[in-house]
Amino acid sequence: MAGTLHGSKASGSRAIGILKDLVSRPSGMIGLSLVVCHVILAIISPFIVPFDYKLQNSALMLSQPSSIHWLGADHLGRDVFSRTLMGGREALLVTGVATPLAVIWGGFIGILFGLVGGRLDEVLMRVVDAFLSLPWILKMLVLIVTFGTGIEVLIPTLAFFYGIPVIRIARAATHDVIARDFVWAAKARGHGRISIIWRELLPNVLDTLMVEGAMRWSWMLLAFSSLSFLGFGVSPPTPDWGLMISDARGFMSFAPWGVIGPVIALSSLIIGINLTADALAKALGIDRAQKAPM
Amino acid sequence: MLLLLFRRILLGLVTVCIVSLIIFAGVEILPGDACTQYLGEYQADDELLTQCRKDLDLNRPAFDRFAEWAGGAVTGDLGLAVDGKTKISTIVGDRLQNSLLLALCAMSVGVPLALLLGVITGLWRDRLPDLIASTLAIFAMTIPEFVSATLLILVFSIWLGWLPGIVLTSASAPAAEFFPEILLPMIVLSLVMCAHIMRMVRSSVIEVMASDYVQMATLKGVPYWPTVFRHALPSALLPAINVVALTIAWLLGGVVVIEVVFNYPGLGRLMIDSISDRDLPVVQSIALIVASVYVCVNLAADLLTMLANPKLRTMYMRK
Repeated sequence: MAGTLHGSKASGSRAIGILKDLVSRPSGMIGLSLVVCHVILAIISPFIVPFDYKLQNSALMLSQPSSIHWLGADHLGRDVFSRTLMGGREALLVTGVATPLAVIWGGFIGILFGLVGGRLDEVLMRVVDAFLSLPWILKMLVLIVTFGTGIEVLIPTLAFFYGIPVIRIARAATHDVIARDFVWAAKARGHGRISIIWRELLPNVLDTLMVEGAMRWSWMLLAFSSLSFLGFGVSPPTPDWGLMISDARGFMSFAPWGVIGPVIALSSLIIGINLTADALAKALGIDRAQKAPM
Repeated sequence: MLLLLFRRILLGLVTVCIVSLIIFAGVEILPGDACTQYLGEYQADDELLTQCRKDLDLNRPAFDRFAEWAGGAVTGDLGLAVDGKTKISTIVGDRLQNSLLLALCAMSVGVPLALLLGVITGLWRDRLPDLIASTLAIFAMTIPEFVSATLLILVFSIWLGWLPGIVLTSASAPAAEFFPEILLPMIVLSLVMCAHIMRMVRSSVIEVMASDYVQMATLKGVPYWPTVFRHALPSALLPAINVVALTIAWLLGGVVVIEVVFNYPGLGRLMIDSISDRDLPVVQSIALIVASVYVCVNLAADLLTMLANPKLRTMYMRK
């Protein structure tokens, strides 16, 4: 842990150091390249896809992969390759906005109540426990069914529910840091409360939050694609991997190629994020495996 | 010790109470109620709406209704579904049994396998068996359940034709009739839980093997295997209790996607169906049951850990 303790000075060069450490690990290198590839693809895919993602051609329905349609066509005769290339855009957009939001609000509340403590903190933790004891899909589906499935509903919903566990992590990290010698040393040196929070507490809690954010991202992506798969996420004809797998599953016995493309795309993105999160945790000296899988 | 036990149980009860409040408040705050849902397009008719709300007692203050609902739930009476006829406890009862069956099957394979693999990978850290198992675990943990389920169906029931890929047994059928249909969903679930528990056990074994007292035992000349079995494993496996508990809670509440993929008639699918139909009384009941299971299982795990760990026991006693 000693390597993770630091002040706010030279944070720029530290970020570069962490990045170098990240890339020097094989898992970090593979993970980061996968994530970067996916993000780049999501941005440029509308300009490079060979076919229009919503163009239906009844002659091609469920046709096999060919030199023109590399991954064949789906049940409406749409090019699976083009749809697979574009299938991550919505997921990356929604989770890419919702993850920082979740970490920021959860982190803020967690640090605040970790510092304040007392009765209020005790009550808040019971409420957090109560929320965590409800299955994620139930909480989310109730809101989605009531308010609709657009991204303007999905982003706040995901950000809200995925911020709740962050409260706990941020609170624990705050307690952990506050009990350390260097905080006492700062107090003894006569630093004010604000200065201690800003210069001693935040930089150290942020490490934990960064790793937490990376993990939240992958879980959120899982949640988003599961919602799409169940028919509560992206609405057709927008291409989305979860929805594509769900659609193609019915024809799997004679047209398995419709499933393979989105399966590989979705899995490689989530594995990439996880490998990056693992390597980031190691680079920052936080043991991720010790955490419960919630 | 008793005081600590009592405090922990009380906290669990408080959590369940807060959950029930959140569930009830959530349903109250959201637009629409049981009557607008029941009447559907007829809800524009004010007379019908008033009559229906009167019939269903929706005009009473929310607190009264909450007290009645919560009071009924304690005695096992969950009220009626939105159609006003079916008893929720009978619908939910069957589904809960099926979910329990699936959870038990998955655990009986997943937990022993996870403990075994966790110990092996922990002891042979960074060697070939560890690298293979850990890589596979990352895949099992990260790939969405519906993806792995779809792939398994593709391979085992479509290409090889070994196992049925879909459950056709009705919700109220006896447990024996779910075989062999239950096998594929069971495999998917046990793979996921196995990966989580294995990683946890692995890191805990590594930590304990590097601890002072294991080194002490080695220095005193205790041979390797007795050290592992007598000194290291008992305390290395202790943290696994909590992860297993979390996994059980997850198995009973969160396996919605797998139940949908395999058409398994468990609690998760009932949850999706009743949310889609906006059958709010059923949704409330499921939420309450799943949350209570979560709290109970975690409570049991904490108590077990406390009982099994003399250090923890005496530490609290001194306080």
